[in-house]
Amino acid sequence: MALLQISEPGLSPEPHKQRLAVGIDLGTTNSLVATVRNGIAVVLSDEQGHPLLPSVVRYRGDARVEVGFAAQAAQARDARNTVVSVKRFMGRGLKDVAHVESMPYDFVDDGGMVRLRTVAGVKSPVEISAEILRVLGERARASLGGELTGSVITVPAYFDDAQRQATKDAARLAGINVLRLLNEPTAAAIAYGLDNAAEGVYAVYDLGGGTFDFSVLKLTRGVFEVMATSGDAVLGGDDFDQRIFCWILDNAHVSPPSAEDARLLLLKARQAKEYLSGEPEAHIGARLASGEEVDLVLAAETFTHLTHPLVAKTLVPVRKALRDAGLRPEDVKGVVMVGGATRMPQVQRAVAEYFHQEPLTNLDPDKVVALGAAIQANALAGNRAADEDWLLLDVIPLSLGLETMGGLAEKVIPRNSTIPVARAQEFTTYKDGQTAMSFHVVQGERELVSECRSLARFDLRGIPPMTAGAARIRVTFQVDADGLLSVSARELATGVEASIAVKPSYGLGDEEIARMLQDSFAHASDDMHARVLREHRVEAQRLLDATDVALREDGQLLSTQERVAVDAALVQLRSRMAGEDHRALRQAVDSLNAATMELAARRMDQSIRQALSGRRVDTVGI
Amino acid sequence: MAITLTESAARHVSSFLAKRGKGVGIRLGVRTSGCSGMAYKLEYADDMQSDDIVFESHGVKVLVDPKSLPYLDGTELDFARQGLNEGFRFNNPNVKDQCGCGESFNV
Repeated sequence: MALLQISEPGLSPEPHKQRLAVGIDLGTTNSLVATVRNGIAVVLSDEQGHPLLPSVVRYRGDARVEVGFAAQAAQARDARNTVVSVKRFMGRGLKDVAHVESMPYDFVDDGGMVRLRTVAGVKSPVEISAEILRVLGERARASLGGELTGSVITVPAYFDDAQRQATKDAARLAGINVLRLLNEPTAAAIAYGLDNAAEGVYAVYDLGGGTFDFSVLKLTRGVFEVMATSGDAVLGGDDFDQRIFCWILDNAHVSPPSAEDARLLLLKARQAKEYLSGEPEAHIGARLASGEEVDLVLAAETFTHLTHPLVAKTLVPVRKALRDAGLRPEDVKGVVMVGGATRMPQVQRAVAEYFHQEPLTNLDPDKVVALGAAIQANALAGNRAADEDWLLLDVIPLSLGLETMGGLAEKVIPRNSTIPVARAQEFTTYKDGQTAMSFHVVQGERELVSECRSLARFDLRGIPPMTAGAARIRVTFQVDADGLLSVSARELATGVEASIAVKPSYGLGDEEIARMLQDSFAHASDDMHARVLREHRVEAQRLLDATDVALREDGQLLSTQERVAVDAALVQLRSRMAGEDHRALRQAVDSLNAATMELAARRMDQSIRQALSGRRVDTVGI
Repeated sequence: MAITLTESAARHVSSFLAKRGKGVGIRLGVRTSGCSGMAYKLEYADDMQSDDIVFESHGVKVLVDPKSLPYLDGTELDFARQGLNEGFRFNNPNVKDQCGCGESFNV
């Protein structure tokens, strides 16, 4: 018999119509699943009461797969088949992954997303992540007593298209419907109800086990936009454990520990760290395998002193993100703390000092992202009143566009457009009788295609033959709520259509995005010059082609003297085509235009005469 | 005539109300729908209506509209766990038969 939940007033679901939706925080170190029950966002625990699922997957020789604590326990003895932090590989090629040489895995690199050779065969990061999602999905079904309508899965704000698509693919493989992906900092802000708070700028300080992410969000009319992100991929709570571990070795006067003793002391270091979040001092006691005793007291003050450089290090990306967003610390209306390491009082103090305000810490920092995702999933699944307007937007980090003649990038959707977004632009044919058109989809801020990132190519065929410029081809760029792009082209007269969903095999890191942006600023004037030059070249080529056709068909309309002038202008223009001087090129184009003006006029007269000959004036629809 | 909560149900309702941060109690009701004719309504109550009948059980206010009361009289609301799942269950003496899911019923 079904168990009922308390609904908001007037929102009792029809029997069997309760739409079960969950939020999933697919983390680097730990993953969580949460839902809204009885109107309250809660994290769902496993049978043993653990809310966290370690993001560790172990492939065993007997074809079984272990996920979570069991896999974590086997990590040391079966490192090659036990994948930790698979999130770092999502949507990445081998060359994009840092520190591969120190990882215990057998990587397979065939150009696309990196894969790992395990005892159960070659596994992609998508398949490995799907194992984690499958366990969370099962937990959700068992906890909610039914099939899931859908989920919201969180991803770092800096995830690119490839990484986002890989996350969606993993969910599909795990049999979980994704309502949308949500940026982690945005999810944290939602968990604190900031979407209902005053409009303005909010910051999310996310110090996890091994990574630090800082994001600046702007709230406008209930919508969050990510203004800037920054971080440190190798800074987290584990580094604080390491500092205590070193302090123990310095102060306990024991011989260099064995691997097993080191693990024990690291565990004691972590326990001390956690204890010091609420107490003035922590006792560290251990008996080592070597027989030596460790018996120390670590004062909170000493711990703060030991880890001061780490805390200070987190403020470097904070400053950078604010600078990128053009903000001062006092412009920030609220700071959300995410990640277990933000429980440390010295971290909270440093953040409070920097922003001149107390950060938001009353929700569990390990759960806050999953809770926000659950709230969003509940809304998207339709479990909220109709009058509660709920739309969440993100922005695209780099402009999306098409290659046009001459290798120029035509931006169709400018960067920082809020998504979902669809933009259409009309293009036309360049040559008479052209029946096909190639589309090259590019991403970036530079004017030249060669300086942008190529995303995809596709062809539109079956355009009816027409004179150049007569065909109308509407190209539509659509970016869905997850930031995934699809491009379609349609010839308007016949309706022939071609389209492509962009799923790049490689992604861009946030550093690369930042670099591409900076390049575009640094090269702004070069780019402008290059664009003008290319535009003139395209125009010149078009004019040369048209003149050739005209001379071939109607050359007899010119007198010898006129013909000499046209030929001279042709030669001059051809000679300047390859040059870099756009003014000289423009001049040659203008001369040829002037020289052929008379020819064009006579051709026009001739074709009108032909069109009208033998017809009565009243049948001509002018 | 009474509607009651088990102690466990009352404890959970109180804690949910506290977390939610508002509400005077819960509202129980029935409406016609579902595969067996009637369906339960279980909602937070933010306002009391003038014709509401109010019960109090273990410190929790239970509001029922007069039309629903005959179908619910004598009901005990319980909080139950089934594996990882947990939620409320209506122990309603008026029910003659119900659909297998328990979300709708007949009197």
